Amino acid sequence: MSTYLPTQLPGPQPDLDDQPFWDFCKARELRIQACADCGKLRHPPMPACPACRSMRTTWRAVPGTGTVFSFTVCHYPAHASLKDVVPYNVSVVLLDGTDDIRIVSNVIDAEPDEIAIGMRVALAWDEVADGQVLPRFRRAP
Amino acid sequence: MTVAFPSDTAIVGLGESRYGRRGSITEVSEFQLLCEAIAAAAEDAGLDVGEIDGFCSFADERHEPVRIQQTLGIPQMRFSNLVWGAAGGGCSASVMNAALAVHAGICKTVVVYRSLCQGQYARFGQYRPRPIGGSYMTPFGLLTPAQYTALTFRRYMFEQGTTEQQLAAVPLTFRAHAQRNPRAIQFGKPLTKEEYFAARYIATPFRLYDCCLETDGACALIVTSLEKARDLRQKPARILAAAQASNKGWGLGPVASHNMALEDYGTTNSRALAEALFAMAGIGPEDVDVAQFYDAFSGLVLMALEDFGFVPRGGGGPFAAAGNLAWPNGTLPTNTAGGLLSEAYLHGLNLVSEGVRQIRGTSTAQVADAEISFVNSGGGAGHKSALILSR
Ligand SMILES: [Zn+2]
Repeated sequence: MSTYLPTQLPGPQPDLDDQPFWDFCKARELRIQACADCGKLRHPPMPACPACRSMRTTWRAVPGTGTVFSFTVCHYPAHASLKDVVPYNVSVVLLDGTDDIRIVSNVIDAEPDEIAIGMRVALAWDEVADGQVLPRFRRAP
Repeated sequence: MTVAFPSDTAIVGLGESRYGRRGSITEVSEFQLLCEAIAAAAEDAGLDVGEIDGFCSFADERHEPVRIQQTLGIPQMRFSNLVWGAAGGGCSASVMNAALAVHAGICKTVVVYRSLCQGQYARFGQYRPRPIGGSYMTPFGLLTPAQYTALTFRRYMFEQGTTEQQLAAVPLTFRAHAQRNPRAIQFGKPLTKEEYFAARYIATPFRLYDCCLETDGACALIVTSLEKARDLRQKPARILAAAQASNKGWGLGPVASHNMALEDYGTTNSRALAEALFAMAGIGPEDVDVAQFYDAFSGLVLMALEDFGFVPRGGGGPFAAAGNLAWPNGTLPTNTAGGLLSEAYLHGLNLVSEGVRQIRGTSTAQVADAEISFVNSGGGAGHKSALILSR
């Protein structure tokens, strides 16, 4: 277990729309919400499919690899717990096995001057407070 | 003769409290600053405050119309309205709603207002709980507008080949404009390119001076019919067009998991807005004489230049670096009072005020014979809005 950011940083607050996403994460499975009618993936979870407006949903497993689509290296600690942690990166990861699904995450083993758009990454599950597990990433070949 | 909305309406009064750095105004309340700004706007228009009968603002405003009405002894309220969204995106839309109410005959004299004392209340540049979307940001350290705008702008730089040298032209130009504007918080504080690059990063690629001021202050303006405007004190700034829009996938975009359409990610979510705005105005970007771009972060200006069609895709950086945003010699003098980066951060309403001054001919960086004045609102979260003002 490597905690990239302090556990004092507030964690996810699942609600009725997205509880399954976070429950799957706790089981270390990355599943993206999909339309049960037309099959289109969407993220974050929402009650209807923007493509066909169906409200029937399912959860599709994705490979857990991807590429960095964008990133920023945060130097300013905007939460008290981050004072001794900066600089850290926030990376938008475009997931393999999807057309365009991205998740906001971190690449935990990339130095600030290494991270770049197009970098290949793979899931590195990270347990934080209350047994919640977050989908972070590490560099991949 | 019936005149089409919104060009039968005009902005006729401007009022501002003094502007100070965050935390510098402690002896009077944010609400008092707002009352001062509203009174000043009515005075500027040559109206009695008691003639105000409509109230418009946009999300994150703290002070309700009923409270203003009571405090300023305003006899009648016929209209009150708050635009949904996140801070600045609804700013021009609040002017649009004021114009709609006047056009529809619901009320005659609307005040559009924003008060913001980040010293007396929470700071926008710090972690705040976000009940919707926050689960996809906060645990990963994505906490502030600077950070989520850095993500969209970094992608834009990658796609368009924009350099940090080109980006620097934005804050440096606006700071130079602020040196002519005594109201500006950065008045008397010129910025050199060396100082800009020596400043610390906040969230790459944004350095300190790529990020807007944190301000204490209040700003108000008065909207009424063009017919009534002709009898008032100031030269009216006619509202030629006012629009609001949002593109696909931006609803839970920057303030959640960043799933905006791939080809629309490195933008300001303003392409649909630009189309609606210029269609309503019946003119194109080439007809604009002076612009106020929402510059909560410098990179927004380069992206918006492209989204609104002032330059071709990829043209923002070279356009800015060539001096085109600078008064008086640039082809599109921009943020002529210093903008949110160097004048004050009133969630964009002070940009509307400056757009009006350019039409009146009273800016401290006045574009000669300005006839068409452009203002856009919003950077990261929420939907976007914009105005075109004319003589
Ligand atoms: Zn569907």
